[in-house]
Amino acid sequence: MFLKLKTATAAIALSAMGSAAFAADLVINFDDLNPGPKKGFEDAVAQFKAENPDINVVVNINDREAHKTAIRNFLTADAPDVTSWYPGNRMAPFVDAGLFQPVDDVWEENGFNEDLAAIKPTMSRDGKIWGVPYSYYQWGIYYRKDIFDLLELEEPQTWDELLAACGKMKANGVTPFTIGTKFLWTAAGVFDYLNLRTNGYDVHNALTAGEIKYTDDRIRATFANWETLINECGFVDNHASMSWQDAIAPFANGDAAMYVMGNFSVDGYKNAGLTEDQIDFMPFPTIDASIPGAEEAPADAFFIPANAKNVEDAKKFLAFVARPDVQTQWNKTIGQLPINSKADISDDKFIQEGFALLNGAAGLAQFFDRDAPAAMAKAGMEGFQEFMLDPSKVDAILTRLDTVQEEVYK
Amino acid sequence: MTDAVQHPQAAPSWLKRNKLAVAPWIFLIPALIFFAIYVVIPIFESLWLSLYEWNGLYGPDGESTAEWVGFANYAKLWDDPNFWTSLRNNIAWLILYMLAVPLGLFIALFLNQTVTGMRFYKSMFFFPFVISQVVVGLIFGWFYNPDFGVVGTVWKAIFCEETTNILGNVTFTCSRPAPDILSSPEWATYGIIAAGLWPQIAYCMILYLTGLNNVAADQIEAARLDGAKGWKMLWYVVVPQLKPATFIAVVVTVIGALRSFDMIAIMTQGGPFGSTNVLSHYMYEVAISEYGERYGYGSSVATVLFGIMLFFISYFLWRMYQDEKGGR
Repeated sequence: MFLKLKTATAAIALSAMGSAAFAADLVINFDDLNPGPKKGFEDAVAQFKAENPDINVVVNINDREAHKTAIRNFLTADAPDVTSWYPGNRMAPFVDAGLFQPVDDVWEENGFNEDLAAIKPTMSRDGKIWGVPYSYYQWGIYYRKDIFDLLELEEPQTWDELLAACGKMKANGVTPFTIGTKFLWTAAGVFDYLNLRTNGYDVHNALTAGEIKYTDDRIRATFANWETLINECGFVDNHASMSWQDAIAPFANGDAAMYVMGNFSVDGYKNAGLTEDQIDFMPFPTIDASIPGAEEAPADAFFIPANAKNVEDAKKFLAFVARPDVQTQWNKTIGQLPINSKADISDDKFIQEGFALLNGAAGLAQFFDRDAPAAMAKAGMEGFQEFMLDPSKVDAILTRLDTVQEEVYK
Repeated sequence: MTDAVQHPQAAPSWLKRNKLAVAPWIFLIPALIFFAIYVVIPIFESLWLSLYEWNGLYGPDGESTAEWVGFANYAKLWDDPNFWTSLRNNIAWLILYMLAVPLGLFIALFLNQTVTGMRFYKSMFFFPFVISQVVVGLIFGWFYNPDFGVVGTVWKAIFCEETTNILGNVTFTCSRPAPDILSSPEWATYGIIAAGLWPQIAYCMILYLTGLNNVAADQIEAARLDGAKGWKMLWYVVVPQLKPATFIAVVVTVIGALRSFDMIAIMTQGGPFGSTNVLSHYMYEVAISEYGERYGYGSSVATVLFGIMLFFISYFLWRMYQDEKGGR
């Protein structure tokens, strides 16, 4: 009895903490318990184990929100050898506190500088590269193809075509856009696209890096376009009390025809009863033809904590997750896009379109709340929501955002 | 007292002599230790932390990355419109939450009669206090929902007509849009307070019901003989006897109003754009939530809230002390 208890405790301690690491243990913390992403990760780990039988891989999979809290402790207290996290400004606090270690050599040795070139700026900070991405997904406009067909509309390529299409939808009692801004970030997607199309990738980066003000004329132009979008296209009523999932209801019912969203939402449409023939994807239309098209493509990545005990094997794992064949398989499982340009993609039509779109993109933004520091992102997104409810408050909102900006980036 | 009793044998040990004085402290020690670790020390820690700027991270060597900024966090609070919104909402909560006391009293008076099945009615009225605040928040969130909630459904019945949309699916066109209480910066706070009042009224009601059991029947009788009835009876005879119950009801309501957090977190997350925040939720938002990570600033918000609570709690403790001194 006593012995049993002892082994049981030991087993629990081992599996729960993963801290009792031996020389060849490789502890990996991963942050997604949803069935698809979990399977993608576990399959990859199984393959890694098969290729490296001498490494004893210990994985701790946590829920996404719990991981966001836990990482703040475990990087110092009980660091794994590899952890999943997000690039862009989301990694900045950890990089600045010296909690991640640079992995430039992994990129150098494996030719990632070429194969992962598009994402390199996002993975870099202070002139060093801090992690290796394994997956990303595209943003754009998901629309009801059946409604477009009924109204004999083509995918609008330009701003004017979009506004014209909206006019036709409204004349037929269809609200052009659905959105749910209760949790704020969806509004940031619309803002980012309007800003990327009005001013381009560099202005997006300069804004989220705090180099230009919100009252700048270029940002005002973005908001002017947004006001046009609200007036001439329009979003569903009550969007401030809906989550992004709630906002699928009017889309599925045919009351609204378009949704500015990320590719993860496709599952939601299908669960709401829509078939692949009823929905389609288009890039956000061009506003200024002289501006090269940049896209939103948030990436997920792996990092090595500064306190990692088994750095050598951790680097092996990082090199492994960016390999074309691994990324191909992994992203097929989770329904996202591989970042390695040599990888293959699944034959899902949304993935196909997304891959073409992102490969031709002039720049990849990580999303407003990943590119801007947390406090700025929060204030910014609240401002966007307020603007969507009452565009006439634009001056007060932008002035307030300038105050926050001064505070956050000082 | 121990001095008075003389033992002829060997002088008793110090412990024996002071048994009565020491025993309570020995029993209190475990509680005091935990109270110190989980309440008192953290209070001082967060007071101290409010003088730093800190993103909650430790360096790889375990060194805190906090930076001393003195009273800069408080200076920032002064200029922070979100802080003032939160404070204003806290005051709105305090004032409107007080409605729970008279409403609880009236429900208690109403339920304080002998009718068949009264126990059942009492338990139904008490029910909202038993369920979790989170559940109350969810229920009211749905209640207010302009699409499928009670508010939305009633509105649709009055102002909307059922039509079919372009795809032939049923939809509604309204002559005026349904009120979206929880997304309106003006009304959302009142919507949440109304939800919060529901369980709070039940709480006050139960306090008054027990109080009413102790109302002296002879005094009522005497007052009746003197011709008192209705409001006068209530105000001059019943309410004064309910003073202890009223005191407790006010205390729990004030504290309940100041620590309102669950409902806001469930119903609006402080939104739309921060207009329903209260200090406790704002503190959570700037320090602990996903977009927070400003622990020093969050601590300064917590300190302000602590100051307000301290004011009320000191007053209540002082009142209780006065009452006890009065020898009741």
